[in-house]
Amino acid sequence: MNEWIEFISSNLEITYIIILSIFVGVEVIKHIPAVLHTPLMSGANALSGVVVVGAILVMLNADPDNYFALALGFIAVVLGILNVVGGFAVTGRMLKMFKKKS
Amino acid sequence: MSISLSLIYLVSTIAFIIGLKKLGHPATAKNGNLIAASGMGLAIAGTIFIHDIQVPTTIYILIGLAILIGSVIGGWMAIKVKMTKMPELVSLFNGFGGASAALIGLVEFSKDGGDKMITTTIVSGIIIGAITFSGSMIAWGKLNGSIKSVVKIPYHNAVNNLFLAGIVAFAFFMVTAGANSEVLAFALLAAGLIYGILFVLPIGGADMPVVISLLNSLTGIAAAITGVLLSSMVMLIGGILVGSAGIILTIAMCKGMNRTLAAVIFGTFGATDSVPGANKTLGNIKKTNPSDSAIMLNYATNVIIVPGYGLAVAQAQHVIHELEELLTKKGVNVQYAIHPVAGRMPGHMNVLLAESNVDYSLLLEMDDINPQFKNTDVVLVVGANDVVNPAAHNDPSSPIYGMPILDVENAKHIIVNKRTMNAGYAGIENELFYNPKTVMLFGDAKAALTKLVSELKNM
Repeated sequence: MNEWIEFISSNLEITYIIILSIFVGVEVIKHIPAVLHTPLMSGANALSGVVVVGAILVMLNADPDNYFALALGFIAVVLGILNVVGGFAVTGRMLKMFKKKS
Repeated sequence: MSISLSLIYLVSTIAFIIGLKKLGHPATAKNGNLIAASGMGLAIAGTIFIHDIQVPTTIYILIGLAILIGSVIGGWMAIKVKMTKMPELVSLFNGFGGASAALIGLVEFSKDGGDKMITTTIVSGIIIGAITFSGSMIAWGKLNGSIKSVVKIPYHNAVNNLFLAGIVAFAFFMVTAGANSEVLAFALLAAGLIYGILFVLPIGGADMPVVISLLNSLTGIAAAITGVLLSSMVMLIGGILVGSAGIILTIAMCKGMNRTLAAVIFGTFGATDSVPGANKTLGNIKKTNPSDSAIMLNYATNVIIVPGYGLAVAQAQHVIHELEELLTKKGVNVQYAIHPVAGRMPGHMNVLLAESNVDYSLLLEMDDINPQFKNTDVVLVVGANDVVNPAAHNDPSSPIYGMPILDVENAKHIIVNKRTMNAGYAGIENELFYNPKTVMLFGDAKAALTKLVSELKNM
């Protein structure tokens, strides 16, 4: 238990950031019209592909002989980028269709 | 970390927040998506090109190759996908993100020096990533029909919750005992994968959108945890934004379906045991045919179309637009009433109708259109059921009692297009169909509407 308290007190900044980010996320999304729920879900999904940054870091920091880390890192980058590129592309495709008739 | 990279991450994070905010308004949504995507591109490019360590060229080539492969496949899928298949695609992409997080956890575990906090973040990343991956894959399979049956595991709620408790206990043991064996990490991964399957398998296909939204939120949390692990602010904040946005969307969806979030998480979900009032005799239904329906619509002044899940399944979004244009040309005032959970996921109907070039100012949300039903001559309900069931207003024993619905029964005439008399996914009778004002137009939505359109053209 002590270690947890110690962790929080030595990482106060992160703790603040986490709490504030949760509120930002809730406030940003709160009043979104139902019309946009599907594109929003898809856009948020693309955003969760930010994990690819971590996958790239894993590969950059891997020892060139560490095939285990390189192989897993490689797959992680492919999957993460797939999530990012596919997610944003399909969200853009959906949003392009929302138009008012002239 | 170099100062320039920190600044790039800062800009990316701000782009994420602004992008997400702009995604919430129809006029700015396209820009929002672009801003968020640019932020992501910046973060990725910055990560690759700015760092203090010496990286061998082979690793650079591998990273480039991985990015190329992922971009090509992802872009290709995004271009090729049919709009009716959108929930499947979101689910698939989401699973990939989760898998990525789990793999990062596995690699980091092999380097872990036994610091309890670091191990905690690693094991939670592995578990959540694994659950998201296998859960999303099952959801994907259910939505595209490759996993058809609702698998009933005896006492699945108890089994699932026990299993989850077991995983948590196991992870806790790994952290406190400072276990650093790779085998344990793989065991944890396997356990997470199995839990994801157990969690989603007993849930019916129609409930999948809630599950996808929840899993989407979980991927965000996995990304945030990985961000803590690698002390990357952009991952941390990006992940948390997705996590909380996903929870809000999930709650909005639950409200639309009259479920509580707790019921979703703890799995009293999709239960179709005893349905009160199922055997009540409700009177007789009146059948109609396309030509009579065409006459009704042709001589109406105000028509409201209520599109539902059945329309999406039959891919009838183009022919419904044709019908609407035809009626508008004949001087009929046509609008669409969109229930918040119409389609296969919330807002999906809007996307489908937008794809068929329906003017979005004709799509009215529930609260705006409900007062208009009493001045409406004909309501055409296509493949919708529970969202127009008056039991939500007047039968306290009904499972959908209290759910917000479209007040279709206030209109002068109602045409309901359905394939059969089968109940909707809530599994209950709909007294609207027995209303003296209602006529039933049986048949596949696309086939029936096509006939209706050709009848109208001949008038």
